[in-house]
Amino acid sequence: MSALSRQLAEQITQHFGDRLSAVVDAVGEVTVEVPCAELVAVATALRDEASFHFEVLIDVCGVDYLHYGSDEWATEESSSSGFSRGVNAAEAGRMGVDTRDLVVERPRSTRRFAAVYQLLSIRNNRRLRLKVFAPDDDLPVIPSVIGVWSSANWYEREAFDLFGILFDGHPDLRRLLTDYGFVGHPFRKDFPLTGNVEVIYDAEKKRVVYQPVSIEPRVLVPKVIRAGQVESVDLMQVVQAAPDAAVNGD
Amino acid sequence: MPEIHNYTLNFGPQHPAAHGVLRLVLEMDGEVIERADPHIGLLHRGTEKLAENKPYNQSIGYMDRLDYVSMMVNEHGYVLAMEKLLGIVPPLRAQYIRVLFDEITRLLNHLLWLGAHGLDIGAMTIFLYTFREREDLMDCYEAVSGTRMHATYYRPGGVYRDLPDVLPQYQPSKWHSRKEVDKKNADRQGSLLDFIEAFTDRFPGCVDEYETLLTDNRIWKQRTVGIGVVSPERALQLGFSGPMLRGSGVEWDLRKKQPYEVYDRIRFDIPVGRTGDCYDRYLVRIEEMRQSNRIIRQCIEWLRANPGPVMVEDHKLVPPRREEMKADMEALIYHFKLFTEGFCIPAGEAYAAVEHPKGEFGVYLVSDGANKPYRLKVRAPGFAHLSAIDEMTRGHMLADVVAVIGTQDIVFGEIDR
Repeated sequence: MSALSRQLAEQITQHFGDRLSAVVDAVGEVTVEVPCAELVAVATALRDEASFHFEVLIDVCGVDYLHYGSDEWATEESSSSGFSRGVNAAEAGRMGVDTRDLVVERPRSTRRFAAVYQLLSIRNNRRLRLKVFAPDDDLPVIPSVIGVWSSANWYEREAFDLFGILFDGHPDLRRLLTDYGFVGHPFRKDFPLTGNVEVIYDAEKKRVVYQPVSIEPRVLVPKVIRAGQVESVDLMQVVQAAPDAAVNGD
Repeated sequence: MPEIHNYTLNFGPQHPAAHGVLRLVLEMDGEVIERADPHIGLLHRGTEKLAENKPYNQSIGYMDRLDYVSMMVNEHGYVLAMEKLLGIVPPLRAQYIRVLFDEITRLLNHLLWLGAHGLDIGAMTIFLYTFREREDLMDCYEAVSGTRMHATYYRPGGVYRDLPDVLPQYQPSKWHSRKEVDKKNADRQGSLLDFIEAFTDRFPGCVDEYETLLTDNRIWKQRTVGIGVVSPERALQLGFSGPMLRGSGVEWDLRKKQPYEVYDRIRFDIPVGRTGDCYDRYLVRIEEMRQSNRIIRQCIEWLRANPGPVMVEDHKLVPPRREEMKADMEALIYHFKLFTEGFCIPAGEAYAAVEHPKGEFGVYLVSDGANKPYRLKVRAPGFAHLSAIDEMTRGHMLADVVAVIGTQDIVFGEIDR
C-alpha cells in the first residue's frame, strides 16, 4: 500500500462518496467497485475530471465468480487414497453432466459475473481498476462504456463472447474469438475445459462433422487452497538477507 | 467509362500479408476501402482458461506462446503479476538479467517486424538482413534456456539460472569446412556476455545498413508516408500503446514512466514520432533498436562487475538444488511439493504491465488463495491495435491495408490468445 495509491483511494472516496460500493487499496493498486447503474456516469467523470483524467481504457476483463474460494481437495488430512486420486473436478463435466454437487462449495457473498476495467491516466501517470457486478446471474447485463472509451468496442465483444455478459448499448455485440456458430460461453466456470464438441472428418459423409467430445475431463493437479502458506513479509526478509550462492534449481 | 461496382473482398485468413490468420472482410468502392471488418480468433487456444486449470508455475511456458516473437517479455508480465501478489522482489542480478533479455527480445521482435513489414510492401532484401542478426540473438536465448524460442526462463523469484560461461560451438562437417566454422566460432570463445557485447559492437552498423536500404528509399516512403495516420487523441481513445502511441507523438513508455525491475537505473531515450503515420512508426522502431542496444551494453557492464544470486532462496517457491536434494530430506519434500502441487498465492488481485515491444502487455491475476489462478487475463497490445484497423484503413487503397497491418506489428498468438 503505497502512499500514492492511498492518496488516489481517498481522492476517489471523497469525490464520489456513497455512489461507489467499495474502494479497495491493495498491493499498491486501487480497485473501485461501482454499482451497475452508476457505471457510465462514474466512468465519464473519471475520464473528464482534471484530477483523475483516465483517458485510456487499457482492458476489460470478464470474471465468473462461480467457484471462487472453493477447492478440489476434499480430504482434510492425507489419506490412503493419495493426493490426486478420488478428487472431483470443481468445474462441470461434459455434455451437461453436472458434477458441481460433489464439490466442496462455499457460499458466495457476491454476484456471479463481473466486468473489470483497467484504466490508465497518461497525464497523471496513474492506474485504476473499476469493477462492476452484473445484477442478474441468469441474464448478466452491464451498460457499455463504448461512448466513453472507443477501445471498449472489442474488449466488450470479447467479454460477451467468453462469458455471455451483455453490454447494453454496444452497437455491434457479435462473437469475436470463438468459431462461427459456436454454442456456449467457454470461459464460464461451468463450461468444461475439454469443450462440448469436437470436429472430425467423416469418411462416409465425406465432410467435416461435429460430434460430442470423446476425451474424458480429468484433474491433473487438484486445486488446493492453503491459507498462510506464503507470507509476504517473511519473504521480503529472505530477499534482504541476500544469500551469496546462486540458485541453480532444476 | 466502365462502371465500377462496390464489392466485398475477403482478405485472408490464408494470405502472406495477413501476418498469420487474419480474416479481413473489406467493403470496397472500386479500390478504396469503405469498411474493414476483421474476423479474428482462428488461433484462439484458450490460454487463459488453460492457465486457470494449472498450477501457477506450469503456465509460464504458455506465455511464450502468446506473442511468439517476443517470448521472454510475455513471461515477464506474468511473473511480475505473481511476484506482486506474493510480495517478493528478485535479487538485483536477476533484475538486470531480465532487463538484458527484455531488450534482446525487443531487438528480436523489431527485427522480425522490420523484415516482414519490408517484405509486405515490396522490399525483399531487408528480410534477409534482419534474419542474419536474429540468428545471433536466438543463440543467446538458447545459451541461457536451452531453447531458441520458448524459453520459460523467467520464474517467480528470479530467473532459472545464471548466464553461462561457455557457449556451444559450431562443428565442422561435410558442408562446412574447419575454416568456415572457426570464423563462425570466433565470437563464441568467451562467455555469453562476451558474445552479446560483440553483437552490440556490430549491431549499430547493421541498423545503419537497414536505414540505408529504407529510410530515404523513394518507394518505401511512397508506401508509408501519410498512410494510416492516427492523431494522439484518437490513439489514446483507441487504447494504443508502445510504438503505435509514440508514433503519434505521445511520449509514453512504461520503462520510463512506471519503471519496473532496474529500468530506473539505466540511461535511454524515448523516441517519438510527429505525424502518426506508418513512416513515423517505422522511424520510432528503428530508434528503439538503437536504444535497446544502449540498454544491453549498460546491463553487460553491470552484470560483469556484480556476480550474485539470481533467485530468491525460498524453497516454497523455488526448487532446491539437485545436490541438496540428494542429501537433505527437507529439500526433497520441498521439491516434491513444488512439482506436484505448486505454490499457493495469497488471495487478491493484481495487474502487472510491462513495456512489450508491441506496446503495453499486462497480466491481470485474480487469486482466491489456491495453487492455480482463479482468473488470468492477458492484455495484449496487438488486440487494441487491430481493433482500430477499420478506422486506420478507411478511405485508403487496398494496398495500404497491407502497410497498415505491417505497421501495427500484428502477431496472432497474442491477439487470439
